[in-house]
Amino acid sequence: MRRVMVGIKRVVDYNVRVRVRPDNTGVITDGVKMSINPFDEIALEEALRIKERGQADEVVVVSVGPTDAQQQLRTALAMGADRAILVQNDGTAAPLTVARVFRKLIDRESPFLVLLGKQAIDDDNGQTAQMLAALWDRPQAVACSKLALEDGKLTATREVDAGLETNEIELPAVISVDLRLNEPRYVKLPDIMKAKKKTLDTQSLGDLGVEASGGFKTVRVEPPPQRQKGIMVKDVGELVAALKKRGLV
Amino acid sequence: MSTILVIAEHLGGKLNPSTAKCVSCAASITGAAIDVAIFAADGAALSQEAAAISGVRTVLRIDSPANAEPIAAVLAPQIAKLAANYSHVFGPSTTYGKDLMPRVAGLFGVNQVSDVMAVEGPHRFKRPIYAGNAILTVDVPEDTKVVATVRVASFEAAAPGGNAPVETVTLDVPLPTHTRFVDRSAAKPGRPDLQTARRVVSGGRALGSGENFKIIYSLADRLGAAVGASRAAVDAGYVPNDMQVGQTGKIIAPELYVAVGISGAIQHMTGIKDARTIVAINKDSEAPIFEVADFGLVGDLFTIVPELEKQLGA
Repeated sequence: MRRVMVGIKRVVDYNVRVRVRPDNTGVITDGVKMSINPFDEIALEEALRIKERGQADEVVVVSVGPTDAQQQLRTALAMGADRAILVQNDGTAAPLTVARVFRKLIDRESPFLVLLGKQAIDDDNGQTAQMLAALWDRPQAVACSKLALEDGKLTATREVDAGLETNEIELPAVISVDLRLNEPRYVKLPDIMKAKKKTLDTQSLGDLGVEASGGFKTVRVEPPPQRQKGIMVKDVGELVAALKKRGLV
Repeated sequence: MSTILVIAEHLGGKLNPSTAKCVSCAASITGAAIDVAIFAADGAALSQEAAAISGVRTVLRIDSPANAEPIAAVLAPQIAKLAANYSHVFGPSTTYGKDLMPRVAGLFGVNQVSDVMAVEGPHRFKRPIYAGNAILTVDVPEDTKVVATVRVASFEAAAPGGNAPVETVTLDVPLPTHTRFVDRSAAKPGRPDLQTARRVVSGGRALGSGENFKIIYSLADRLGAAVGASRAAVDAGYVPNDMQVGQTGKIIAPELYVAVGISGAIQHMTGIKDARTIVAINKDSEAPIFEVADFGLVGDLFTIVPELEKQLGA
């Protein structure tokens, strides 16, 4: 079975304007819309396209999160994933914990490719894919905008500060995906019905023999300092004068 | 006492300014001893460059043909060996460091502190979360190694004027061959690098086409500025992805930022909020960019930009 494993994280929807809790312990998540991390959605779309091209037989989605993450896994199944695994963990799972979970599941599932988002839009850590590749001692390609799979190897084009970088890597491997890799499909209603019949297996960290990595202690969460609104100038002349006055031009 | 190993970034035989910024971040830990590691095929000139950064104790030069290109899977095991006795390992939060440093953290079996924007103590750091809409202060357990990436827009480069000794180090580490570098698209010559430029002019979707971006390039050349773009302009195909400024592109902190035809989506603002002075030019007086701009000008960019260029030349 040629299998692709995809990570799915439940996060605050990207359209929500995030606000810090008054007690500075975190951000407000009560009653806030939750969704699949957008980068993970792109990872899933890519996995589905690989399968549709006949280059994989099964797409397995995995989430490490609370019971409610079942909703995001159901959405992933409706998009076209074949089955789902929820590894239950209340609270925040540190990237190393998530990487350890995937490492254990790789032993069970033997995927030839693990596709993850380049970062989650909540904690913005951007670590899990690289850590997993380290624990697995396999290649990584981070922030990919193009993937070409052939003859047991992968040509990965990555978005880097200098432009685009292309690497050729052997499989199995861990890939993290960037925004421009693809545009995820919309979920259709009949697919939501079909997804209810697909397998969603629930496990605990203990079932997998994974020790939580502890992570860091949150001291404080606060809003960022606000920029002051400046002045409106009426024309180019006034703008140039203002910039000259500040010594900027 | 903290001993900090800074992993230098370089490309085309030149040290990236992110290295001096990482040194600056490291130096904000009181009493830290800071060494800089240069992994290259031939690090002779790079080591000299790093030795001149003030605050550096020693430059460690690790030459190997395998280090010719920055492949994380090749560099990480070497760094893990070299950094075994350091309390901290820092790298830049550029695409280079974002690729490499979590792999190093994975080898050490620790979580990483991503995007350090302020140092509050040897084990206490501030970092942005939720695209910079919240700032998190975290404590790393005292008994674990600190692996961190440094948000380069938050730190001034450490000044030149240093004269650190250079030590050549040989690391006997088995290296993987499963990852091969193929190519890198050439950086555009002539204009300053977007990430480190003192002035930046960016264009948005209102430019309407890649062809129309020529007025942005022209203004940028008058100012000696780098050119950036909003995600909308990149997604529309007007300019390549490496010009994108914002949460998912480059986070920059120039002295002068000129936003032309950019409405100011949250993800764009995240990339520019450390700019000293922001100028916004937009035909929509309600555009959110005006909420953060130091100077706003409402009007048609196709009239304003050439006029601005002309008056700056006068």
